[in-house]
Amino acid sequence: MARRTSPTAKITVTILAWVIGLLIFFPILWTVLMSFKSEGDAIKAPFEMLAAAWTFESYGEVQERSNYALHFWNSVILSVGSTVLALIIAIPAAWAMAFAPGKRTKDLLMWMLSTKMMPAVGVLIPMYLLFRDFGLLDTRTGLVGVLTMINLPIVVWMLYTYFKEIPGEILEAARMDGASLRSEILYVLTPMAVPGIASTLLLNVILSWNEAFWTLQLTTSDAAPLTTFIAGYSSPEGLFYAKLSAASTMAIAPILILGWFSQKQLVRGLTFGAVK
Amino acid sequence: MGKITLNSVRKSFGATDVIPGLDLTIENGEFVVFVGPSGCGKSTLLRLIAGLEDTTGGTISIDGVDATDLPPAKRGLAMVFQSYALYPHMSVRKNIMFPLKMAGMDAAEATKRADAAARVLNLTAYMDRKPGQLSGGQRQRVAIGRAIVREPAAFLFDEPLSNLDAALRVNMRQEITELHQSLKTTMVYVTHDQVEAMTMADKIVVLNAGRIEQVGSPLDLYNSPLNTFVAGFIGSPKMNLIAGPEAARHSAATIGVRPEHLDIVQTGGWTGIVGLSEHLGSDTFLKVATTEVGTINVRTGGEVALRPGDTVRLVPQSGKIHRFGPDGKTLA
Repeated sequence: MARRTSPTAKITVTILAWVIGLLIFFPILWTVLMSFKSEGDAIKAPFEMLAAAWTFESYGEVQERSNYALHFWNSVILSVGSTVLALIIAIPAAWAMAFAPGKRTKDLLMWMLSTKMMPAVGVLIPMYLLFRDFGLLDTRTGLVGVLTMINLPIVVWMLYTYFKEIPGEILEAARMDGASLRSEILYVLTPMAVPGIASTLLLNVILSWNEAFWTLQLTTSDAAPLTTFIAGYSSPEGLFYAKLSAASTMAIAPILILGWFSQKQLVRGLTFGAVK
Repeated sequence: MGKITLNSVRKSFGATDVIPGLDLTIENGEFVVFVGPSGCGKSTLLRLIAGLEDTTGGTISIDGVDATDLPPAKRGLAMVFQSYALYPHMSVRKNIMFPLKMAGMDAAEATKRADAAARVLNLTAYMDRKPGQLSGGQRQRVAIGRAIVREPAAFLFDEPLSNLDAALRVNMRQEITELHQSLKTTMVYVTHDQVEAMTMADKIVVLNAGRIEQVGSPLDLYNSPLNTFVAGFIGSPKMNLIAGPEAARHSAATIGVRPEHLDIVQTGGWTGIVGLSEHLGSDTFLKVATTEVGTINVRTGGEVALRPGDTVRLVPQSGKIHRFGPDGKTLA
């Protein structure tokens, strides 16, 4: 039987949910609104700012001053490249851990996760020196490598939990039906794992797209993704709210659109195992 | 063909011996049921035959060929799992065709065979559905269809009916028996349900703690159990096992009387008070607390109108008393 809720309780909870939702969304909304104002209007009091004329001038200036296309392209290469690389490494690793676990598999998984608990800045100096000595500073290759390593534990974990959900009896049935290891993986395992791989891929693209610590430290211009492009409009030139907002909007728009269209897949991937 | 021979087969998981060493021959065309309480090793034994588990020792041969180290795919056996284990992303037709595809059969011939199997199993209307859109009984039929298309040397069933409701289970039980009569292929069937074992088997293998307690036809096991374990396991309600002076009177450590072999009499016999009476219409099950032999189960006719609290006198039918020695084995 459904749980009874009084109309008042329903309304209260609904209002509360909307307030929290708007609170979380507000900074993004404000950034977008501000990006359509002139630089002078942007620093006015909130209501005056909203009443001021709408303009595209900040977008024009940002376009003139920096190469959006280059940074966009870098972001695509870094996020997609690191994700594909991570998947190539993580899929076989997760298969092995899920279907042929050893005595230390659990420990290994915990150890991998523990690397995520360390603050990244702790290894900044050694990483920077390595990058310098190998000539990787401000290169896409170097950054793809770093982003792959950063996200690999999460990718392995996600795939592992996903593969664990595939019932072993189905794989045994395939073996009984005469499938070789190759056919088993090709016709049974992979089709069943595709939704899991897809949501892992999506989440990892988003995480890599938004990664700002390493991209800011290790790039300047050639390999700089959109995170660096935004940062370029903050401190060095003083307060230019409108242009900063325009740059931010341009940087987050692609990933926001991707996230919007794939939200069903994402939610399914992240809650997999919790609800069957 | 499908003769399966197990020769001192052993299986241990770490230090635990699940099957300490077992010999068994399953003849071609036989319907053999492995039965026993949970944890007795019956499923493990089936998985050893299937090749899904590796043996720790001993040999398994199928039709005279040593199959001990063959992978499951090369043994020519088909298996039906408790959870059905259908491929969720494939249609019913694709599921049934999968073993044929793996065997490299051309698509036209495979489709023809799958359709023929579907007709036998009443699945024709569901061929384009996914397993998720089928009921439990239909899913089990698909699993059976997938097993029969490639004409295996033997079928292995691992508790295939335990996920179905009671009415459907009786139906499917009869369908599987009929299938065996028409195909005449060896079938090895694992269950913990002794009713399934009694009704389906040509030969029952009663297992306990990885050891074979007795092998025989259902009526053999019912009429002449070799020990108290088989006596208590086969038959429903369970056989009454009675120790003490009554057993000593028959010069045995324990005597066994089946609930259906007790007669209600007016004088003499064991006196007791009815504690529980279950009226099934066709039968009545009584639980009687006697002064001579403790609490015993009685199965009697449907017309008996005894109520809890009534006094009743019981006598075991002559020649229906089983005698067991102190080691639990039947005395000659």
